[in-house]
Amino acid sequence: MTSDDKAPRKITYREAVREAIREALQKDERVFLMGEDVGRYGGCFAVSKGLLAEFGPERIRDTPLSESGFVGAGIGAALGGMRPIVEVMTVNFSLLAADQIINNASLYLYMSGGQFNVPIVIRMATGGGRQLAAQHSRSLEGWYAHIPGIKVLSPATIEDARGMLWTALEDPDPVLIFENSGLYNMEGTLAPDAGPVDIDRAYVRREGKDLTILTHSASLFKSLDAAEILARQGIDVEVIDLRTLRPLDERTFLTSIARTHRALIVDEGWRSGGISAEIAARIMEGVFYELDAPVQRLCSVEAPMPYAKHMEDAVLPQTDKIVDLVRKMVGADG
Amino acid sequence: MTTQRKGKKKAATVDRDHALHLLHAMIRIRRLEEKCAELYSAMKIRGFLHLYDGEEAVAVGVLQALTPDDAVVATYREHAHALTRGVGAGSILAEMYGKQEGCSRGRGGSMHLFDGKTRFYGGNAIVGGGLPIAVGLALADKMQQKGRVTCCFFGEGAVAEGEFHESLNLAALWQLPVLFVCENNLYAMGTALKLEHAVQDIARKAASYDVASAAVDGMDVLAVEAAAKTAAEAIRSSGTPYFLECRTYRFRAHSMYDPELYREKVEVAEWKKRCPIANFIAKMKGVGILSDGDVAAIEAEVAQEIGEAVAFAEACTWEPLEDLTRFVYSERRER
Repeated sequence: MTSDDKAPRKITYREAVREAIREALQKDERVFLMGEDVGRYGGCFAVSKGLLAEFGPERIRDTPLSESGFVGAGIGAALGGMRPIVEVMTVNFSLLAADQIINNASLYLYMSGGQFNVPIVIRMATGGGRQLAAQHSRSLEGWYAHIPGIKVLSPATIEDARGMLWTALEDPDPVLIFENSGLYNMEGTLAPDAGPVDIDRAYVRREGKDLTILTHSASLFKSLDAAEILARQGIDVEVIDLRTLRPLDERTFLTSIARTHRALIVDEGWRSGGISAEIAARIMEGVFYELDAPVQRLCSVEAPMPYAKHMEDAVLPQTDKIVDLVRKMVGADG
Repeated sequence: MTTQRKGKKKAATVDRDHALHLLHAMIRIRRLEEKCAELYSAMKIRGFLHLYDGEEAVAVGVLQALTPDDAVVATYREHAHALTRGVGAGSILAEMYGKQEGCSRGRGGSMHLFDGKTRFYGGNAIVGGGLPIAVGLALADKMQQKGRVTCCFFGEGAVAEGEFHESLNLAALWQLPVLFVCENNLYAMGTALKLEHAVQDIARKAASYDVASAAVDGMDVLAVEAAAKTAAEAIRSSGTPYFLECRTYRFRAHSMYDPELYREKVEVAEWKKRCPIANFIAKMKGVGILSDGDVAAIEAEVAQEIGEAVAFAEACTWEPLEDLTRFVYSERRER
């Protein structure tokens, strides 16, 4: 609940998303939440807990496990004047609805020559790190970012978890919001008047002059941790939170790299054909002559996510690997 | 042939004006499609082109049951639905030419006709892709208490898709006002019904979701109209979905590219004897409602309309290439 207190509040990422949904339901009669287990169960990740009692089953709508059917129904409802928030449990299951997202939602406006908007917001969990094995641990937000016609948001911070949803609902185009499942329990502070945030720009989360890390979602915090460690070693790293993977705000990161002259991309997705490849290419196109070192990427190992903890940790980008790579890039290891 | 039930025969009780209206609507479709084939051969129209000849009674009969406020979701064989729904022949042809005055500004072509004014939601080339969207449109109507019907056309090929089953389940579960219209023309592209469905009685599949259903002779416009009106009335009074299977046949190949190796010429010839237009004319003449003069007058009127539509499409302009990426995203946010 929003509070009149002037002091920042302690809140989890999960609660921030819930607050954003609640606010949207209160603000706009056309908004409703639909998805697997969002009602009686309280949300697969407990995001929507309590909302059924507050808003009733018309607006907190449990669906069968039929992703294509209910995502498509969300698209239809958006065409019909509603503002649906559709929750797909995880990006892994969104693949069953990929036809609806990619062949319908992303195309309606264009194929109709500008006549039909699809103002749908599709939320889904993403990422590994919870020992859920390969079919629950994919990071495919970069893959969705390949598709023109949809917008792809990757909120890392509590502020963005709280603030991106309303902006997405105001957007006439289909918006996908990827919530890293490892972040739901993250606790932070939120200004009492925290509200909608822009979804058009990348943010500099830490300023530095020696190298720019470009990252998003859970890897943001590993990058910030690495930057702290590196600062103690005299290496000053700038960290950029991309926030929105489509459309990419390249101006913010190109400006940064033109100043720091080095760029490292940290992404939980895979390298081959991933969003890191796209960003690296844009750096080459935009600021090649500003670079003092080749652009580097730290991505997930190109394997399906293993179950065992030590193997899973080894697959994902980690703070120590970021530190090592940055040190190499700035020539700190001789 | 498989185990088809015969649709219930309705008595041909129809007044003259209505008979003229139905015939006019069917002839418009037939002549537009003939013109499309001709323009395709002349390379004025490109891409895939799927024609509707033989199925006219379905689009015309079903759409009689809708009001202008209802919504229509169609497939890639949708010229007839668009035309009958009220999208102009000129606008449709201009779209197939790829001109900016086309109903989708040249971005859709034959398979993706859209029209906001008539609530015509396409134009979907993914079989089954439109069914969940129809369910969602009906959900929006229900949540906004609009009292409208969403009519969704699809072929029997779509019935094998998971989306058919997901959509019927959702529509029944949530009690949504959807008229599901299966245009069963016996071939999913080039694959016969018996090669694609373990259970070939399509209407039975709807029953398994507790959706009211009926099967009708899709070659008989009066029967289709009567069945669609019954269906629409049931939906409007109960708010629940209805499944209507129209048993029909396409006289042409799947698309203009299709060499049609999968069916016998004799089968096509047999079905052509059941031409919905010729048989309707014969029936109406038989009961003294229509004359040869009426048919000739309709043909002349339609010929003029199609001629003007072609001239319009020819005269239309190309979308400027500066607008190539226009409508990928909207130009402004809502608030």
